[in-house]
Amino acid sequence: MSQHQEKARIIRFEQLSEFNIRITLEAPLIAGSAEAGQFVMIRTGPGQDPLLRRPFSLHQTSSSGHIQIFFKNVGRGTNILAHAKVGEILDVFGPLGRGFSVADDRPACLIGGGLGIAPMLFLAKIVSSLSREHGQDLIILGGRTREDVEPLVEDFRQFGLALHCATDDGSYGLKGFVTDILRSEQLAANTRIYGCGPDNMLEVLHRFSTERKLDCQVSVESVMACGMGACLGCNLDASDGSYVHVCIDGPVFDTRELSWNS
Amino acid sequence: MEFVKDHDPYPDLRVNIGSLELQNPVMTASGTFGYAREFEDLINLHRLGGIIVKGISLEPRAGNPPQRIVETPCGMLNAIGLQNVGVERFIAEKMVYLKGIGVPVIVNILGDTIDEYRQITERLQGVDGIAALEVNISCPNVKKGGVAFGTVPSMAAAVTEAVKKAADVPVMVKLSPNVADIVEMAKAVEAGGADSISLVNTLIGMAIDLQRRKPVLANVIGGLSGPAIKPIALRMVYQAAGAVQIPVIGIGGIESAEDALEFIVAGAAAVQIGTANFINPRVSEEVVDGIGDYVKTNKLASIRDLIGALEV
Repeated sequence: MSQHQEKARIIRFEQLSEFNIRITLEAPLIAGSAEAGQFVMIRTGPGQDPLLRRPFSLHQTSSSGHIQIFFKNVGRGTNILAHAKVGEILDVFGPLGRGFSVADDRPACLIGGGLGIAPMLFLAKIVSSLSREHGQDLIILGGRTREDVEPLVEDFRQFGLALHCATDDGSYGLKGFVTDILRSEQLAANTRIYGCGPDNMLEVLHRFSTERKLDCQVSVESVMACGMGACLGCNLDASDGSYVHVCIDGPVFDTRELSWNS
Repeated sequence: MEFVKDHDPYPDLRVNIGSLELQNPVMTASGTFGYAREFEDLINLHRLGGIIVKGISLEPRAGNPPQRIVETPCGMLNAIGLQNVGVERFIAEKMVYLKGIGVPVIVNILGDTIDEYRQITERLQGVDGIAALEVNISCPNVKKGGVAFGTVPSMAAAVTEAVKKAADVPVMVKLSPNVADIVEMAKAVEAGGADSISLVNTLIGMAIDLQRRKPVLANVIGGLSGPAIKPIALRMVYQAAGAVQIPVIGIGGIESAEDALEFIVAGAAAVQIGTANFINPRVSEEVVDGIGDYVKTNKLASIRDLIGALEV
């Protein structure tokens, strides 16, 4: 485990839809050591307000030392980043946390809902690079409308894995939820599900995988201050009655580790 | 004590906290630096003036339910609830690493009763590698005890006395800012036998989620920290340092060498850096460097010349 604090130059800024943005940064140390499902903490500026870094899961890394984040302009921090320009330098800290544990020999079902699509691109690359048959691997992406999903589809298609999409309003792919597609699929008994998305989606994944006796790993979100286990601010209820901390125990958990009685 | 200053290519940053000698006045505040190992890849731990570890209680504590933290303008609120591994695991699992760092390790202790403070102090007697104790009488997050010790002078003095009686290392008492008169509190713990005082802990605050009409924090209230509290902390350090004979350690919103120097000029013999560690894990070392630069640039013989140098 090695963590780096890098001054990362923005080399590409993509406005994928009205609110969805993708930023590519030059961060070779982080890119070189990151695993799918890990995250970075980014300082939106040098000032005192907003004070804290913001956590972003790694959307993609490249062997040329680039990392990507994919986010929605929803709050003060993301609004500042939404106005960042190519050439600007951001203070990026990472890679942080525990990423996905990929089972080499098992079919993978990757499910991303909304911004939960972000870490799935990195994971799809890892899964597609495994030297085994990929006929049973599957990617399911979903969002509220076409613009949440369509701009990302080409990037997923490059890996050659089966890909299905759903939108709440039916403007792209199936009308419905990613979990509707999941239920309609014939999954091999040893499939491992990897999910990221809204809490209610993750809860459905947990119940589905429990019923079908499938492994299911999900990446969860939390408010965070440090991202590295110092502040202990990002706790969640664990299934055994204790707490887990998203930044060091996660952000990826086996769904059986978490309490879903919310 | 005499320090050799001649021909020293490095600025003299050494300070004394009573009998405790620090290589520089920059320490990391309790609860913001884990048990130090978390930062080992990010900072040269041996360059710190001291490390104050996460508050330890007799028994392990799970802490508060989520949500525990929230960002506020130029600051943050926390209600972690004193989550810690307990004194036995602390000694067994954390001390070996800590004492190997080579800088003074100060153990922050807390309890719900005076007897708990006494017991934990006794348990830490003779444990190799502990340079001092810092007594947390001010954490606002635990409903019983904590607040009262930190806000009632006679109770603060009683806790200080109990710890001092059982301790075999110097005792630093960490004051709460949530009081009407910080001078009265500082004098009370000095009378109780404290070797030094550190201040301030967090200011009690609150945040509301208007959409849900609920408090943001599960604990409803939490402790405010960060640059937002610096002017209050600076004022309290200035007042306390003017009222007691024992050394005062300044804490509150420090994130640069300039911030730290302001506290020193106000009368602090040393400082602690807290919330800034979350934003920049390297900040403490950068503050050490910045203080060194200031001492050199201003041709000071020692950082000690600056302690309480405020001209009013």
